[in-house]
Amino acid sequence: MDTIPFEHGLLLASALFALGLVGVTTRRNIVFVLMSLEIMLNATGLVFVVGSSKWGHADGQIMFLMILTLAAAEVAVGLALIIQLYRRFKTVDIDVLSQLKG
Amino acid sequence: MSFLFYAGGAVALISTLFVILQTNVVHALIYLVLSLLAVAVVFFSLGAPFVALLEAIVYAGAIMVLFLFVVMMLNLGQTTREQEKAWLPPRVWLIPVVLATVLLSGLLSSFPANSIEVTEVGVMEVSGLLFGPYVLAVELASFLLLAGLISAYHLAKSR
Amino acid sequence: MFESLGLLPTFPLLGFLTLFLAGGFLPRRMIGLIGAGSIGLSFLVALSIVMPFLSGDSEEVRHVVYTWLSVGNFESTFGLYLDGLTVVMILVITGVGFLIHLYSTGFMIDDPSFSRFFAIMNLFVASMLILVIADNLLLLYLGWEGVGLCSYLLIGFWYTDPENGYAARKAFVTTRVGDTSMAIGLFLLFTQLGTLDIQSLLVFAQDRWDIGSGFAIAATLLLLGGAVGKSAQLPLQTWLPDAMAGPTPISALIHAATMVTAGVYLIARMHPLFELAPNVQLLVALIGLATLLIAGFTAMTQHDIKRILAYSTISQIGYMFLGLGVGAWSASIFHLMTHAFFKALLFLGAGTVILSLHHEHDIFKMGGKWRQLPVAFASFMIGSLALAAFPFTSGYFSKDEILIGALAVEGVGLWLWLGGVVGAFFTGIYSFRLVFVVFFGESRGHHDEGEVTGLAMALPLFVLMVLALLGGFIHIPVDNVFSHGAALVATHEEHSVSTFMHAVMIVVPLLGIGVSYLFYCAGVFSVSSLMKLPLAKTLHSFWYSGWGFDYLYKLLFISPFLWLSKVNRRDVVDTFYAGIVVLSVFGNAVSVRSQSGLLRWYILSIVIGIVLLVSLGAFL
Repeated sequence: MDTIPFEHGLLLASALFALGLVGVTTRRNIVFVLMSLEIMLNATGLVFVVGSSKWGHADGQIMFLMILTLAAAEVAVGLALIIQLYRRFKTVDIDVLSQLKG
Repeated sequence: MSFLFYAGGAVALISTLFVILQTNVVHALIYLVLSLLAVAVVFFSLGAPFVALLEAIVYAGAIMVLFLFVVMMLNLGQTTREQEKAWLPPRVWLIPVVLATVLLSGLLSSFPANSIEVTEVGVMEVSGLLFGPYVLAVELASFLLLAGLISAYHLAKSR
Repeated sequence: MFESLGLLPTFPLLGFLTLFLAGGFLPRRMIGLIGAGSIGLSFLVALSIVMPFLSGDSEEVRHVVYTWLSVGNFESTFGLYLDGLTVVMILVITGVGFLIHLYSTGFMIDDPSFSRFFAIMNLFVASMLILVIADNLLLLYLGWEGVGLCSYLLIGFWYTDPENGYAARKAFVTTRVGDTSMAIGLFLLFTQLGTLDIQSLLVFAQDRWDIGSGFAIAATLLLLGGAVGKSAQLPLQTWLPDAMAGPTPISALIHAATMVTAGVYLIARMHPLFELAPNVQLLVALIGLATLLIAGFTAMTQHDIKRILAYSTISQIGYMFLGLGVGAWSASIFHLMTHAFFKALLFLGAGTVILSLHHEHDIFKMGGKWRQLPVAFASFMIGSLALAAFPFTSGYFSKDEILIGALAVEGVGLWLWLGGVVGAFFTGIYSFRLVFVVFFGESRGHHDEGEVTGLAMALPLFVLMVLALLGGFIHIPVDNVFSHGAALVATHEEHSVSTFMHAVMIVVPLLGIGVSYLFYCAGVFSVSSLMKLPLAKTLHSFWYSGWGFDYLYKLLFISPFLWLSKVNRRDVVDTFYAGIVVLSVFGNAVSVRSQSGLLRWYILSIVIGIVLLVSLGAFL
C-alpha cells in the first residue's frame, strides 16, 4: 500500500475551498454563485474522506454522505428560488435583489 | 495509488479554476462535472470506493444535471455570454483573491505533518455503520430530502 | 379653652373646601351663608378666646396642634401663639372680615362665579389667620404665601378680561420679589440661630448678636424686603393701584384691611430683631416717610375712585412703617386697627357708589350725589374724616401717636415729624377732594340712579361707621408685647410734646380739607388755572403715573428680560440636546450605508469575517 502525506490531502481541499470562495464573492450571476457553493461543499467533503482514510474507519465517509444529501436538498431549493427570481425580474443578476436597502 | 491521487488532484484544481473563470454557464457546468469526477478519482485513490461512486453518481450525475435543466430552462449560456463578460472586469478579482490567499495561508500553517497509510474501507464497513450507529442520521437525511422536495416544488410553482 | 385657637383658621378652611368642591350645586343663599357664616363663626371663636385671655394674667399662650416637619436639627410645627398683638390682629381680621363678607353677599349677588368668590375669600381669611397666629416663621411663611395666592386669584377674579390677568400677575410677581427676600432672611435666621420658633429666635438673637451686628442688619433687611413687598411700600408699591381691577370687597379686605398689613405685623412681631439693627429701623421709617409722601402726591391727581383709595392705603401704611421705624410699635398697631375700620368703610362705600352708578369709576363723571346715595355719602364723610385725622375720630388718635413717636427720635426726628405733617396735609386734600367731587356740586351724570343697598350691604357700613368714629377710644392690649427691652418706647413716653406741635397736628389736616373745599366745592381756585403754570403739566403727569415707577421698572427689568427671551428664543441650552439628536442622525447616515441591500456586499462581509477569524486562529 502507498502512503500519501496527510498535508497534501488537506492542501488539495483547502485550495478547492479557496477557489470556491473566490467564485462566490466575485460572480454576479446567481447560477455561478450556487456552483461555487457546490465547489466549497465538495472540498469540505474531501477533508472528511481524507480524515477517514487516515484513521482507517468509515465515519468520515458517512459524514460525506450527509454532506452530499445536504448539498442535494440545498441545490433543489436554491434552483427553485432562481426560477422564481427569473420569473419576477427577468434576469439572473443578484444585484437586483436590493429591496432590503437602507 | 498515490499517482492517481496527484493526477486527480491536479485535474480537479485546474478544472475548478476554469469553472470560476468561464463566461458561458453551460461550459462552466461541464468543467464542474469534470472537477467532481476528478475528486471521485481522488476518493478512490484514498481507499474509499463507495464514496467515489456516490460522488460520481449523485453529485456529478444528479445535482449537476439539475443545474443543467434549470440553465436550459432559463436559456442562459450562449445568449448571455456578453452580459457575463461585462460583469467581470479585472478589478473585481483583486479583493477576493487577496482574501482567498490569506485564508489559504492561514489554513496551510495549521496542517500537522503526518502520512496516511492507504487502506481500503469498503462498502461493507460503511453500510455496517449506516445501519448501526448512524441509522438515525439516515432517517434525518431522508427527512431533509423530503423537505427539500416539497419546498422546491412549492417555491418553483408559478402562480 | 385655648385649644380652640386651632379652630380659628379651621372654619374658613372648611368653608373654602365646601364651596370649592360643592359650590356649583348650592343655592346662592346657602353659599352666602357658608361663606360669611364661617368667618362669623371664627369671630365668635376669637371672642371666646380673647375674653378669658384678657381677663387672665398670662401674657402669652402657646398651643401646638401638630408637628409638621422634623428633620435633623430643624423642627417646625403647626404651633399657635397668642399674645396681645395676636389678639388685635385676629379680632380685626375676623371682625372686619365678617363685615366685608356680609357686604359681599349683597354686592356680588349678580355675579355668576358667586361660589368661587366666597371659596377664595375664605381661603384668604384662613391663610391670614394662620399668618398671625403662627408661632414659628415657617408656618407664618405658609400663611404669607397663602394670602399672596388668594390675592392673585381674587385680583384676576374676572379672568375673562386679560387686563385683570395682567394686574394679578403684576401683583403676584412684585410680591414674589419680596417673598424671596424674606425666604432668604428665614434661611439666614435658621442657619445662625438654629431655630425658626419666633420667641426662642428673638431670645437667641438678643443673646448672641450685638446691637448693629452684621447678621442682625442682614436678617432685618431681608425681612424688610418681604414686608415692603406685601405692604406695597417703596420700592415695591407698583402693584397695589393696578390690583383695584378686582371686585371692590376684595379691595376692601385684602388691599386695605388685612393683607397689606401683614408686613406691618411681621415687623412688629420681630421688633426685637429690628431693635438690634437701629440703622435698618431708621430705614423702615424713611421708607415709610418717602412712601407716604409719594403716594400722597399721586392720590391728589387720580380720578378713578378706587385708585385714589389705593394710593391712600399705600400712604397710610407708610405712616405705619414710619411708626415702626421710630419705635412707636403700639401706635403703629393702633393705626393698623383704625385704618382697617375707616379704609374698609371707604372701600365698601365706594362699592356702593360704583354699583349704584352702573360701574362708573371716574369721579369727574359723578357729582352732587349726596341726595341720591345717602348711605354712601355718610360712609364717605365719616371715613374721610377719620382718614384725614379729624379730631376725635379714630384716625386722629392713631396718627397723632405715630407723629409724637417720630418726634422722639434724635436728630432726624423733627424732619420725620414734619414729613408726617405734610403728609397729613395731603391726606386732607385728596380725601376731601374725593368727597367734594363725588357728592357735592352739580350732578354730572347718572341722574336717575337710586342707591343699591340692601340690609346685607347697609349693616356692615353702619357698623364700620360706628367703629371709625369711636374706634379711637379702644385701648389695645399690646403694652406687654412691646415693653420688653424697648428703650425707644420708654423715651417716647417721657418726651413732652409742646402744645404748639399738638396744635399744628390738629390744624394741618383741617387746612387740607379747607384747601380742597376752596378748589372743588366753593370754586375759589380752580385746577385748570393751576395747570397753566409752567411745569404744571409735567408735574401732573409725573405724579399721576405714580412718580414714574412703572416706567422705571419697565425700563430696568421688563424690557431687558423680554429682549433676552426674544434673543434666546431658540434656547441656548436646548442646542446641547439638539446636538445629541444631530449626532445620532449623522451616525445613522454614516452606518446606513453598510445596509446596501446587495447580496454580494453581504457575502463579502461574511467572507471577510471568516477570513479574519481563521487568520486570527492561525497567526496568533
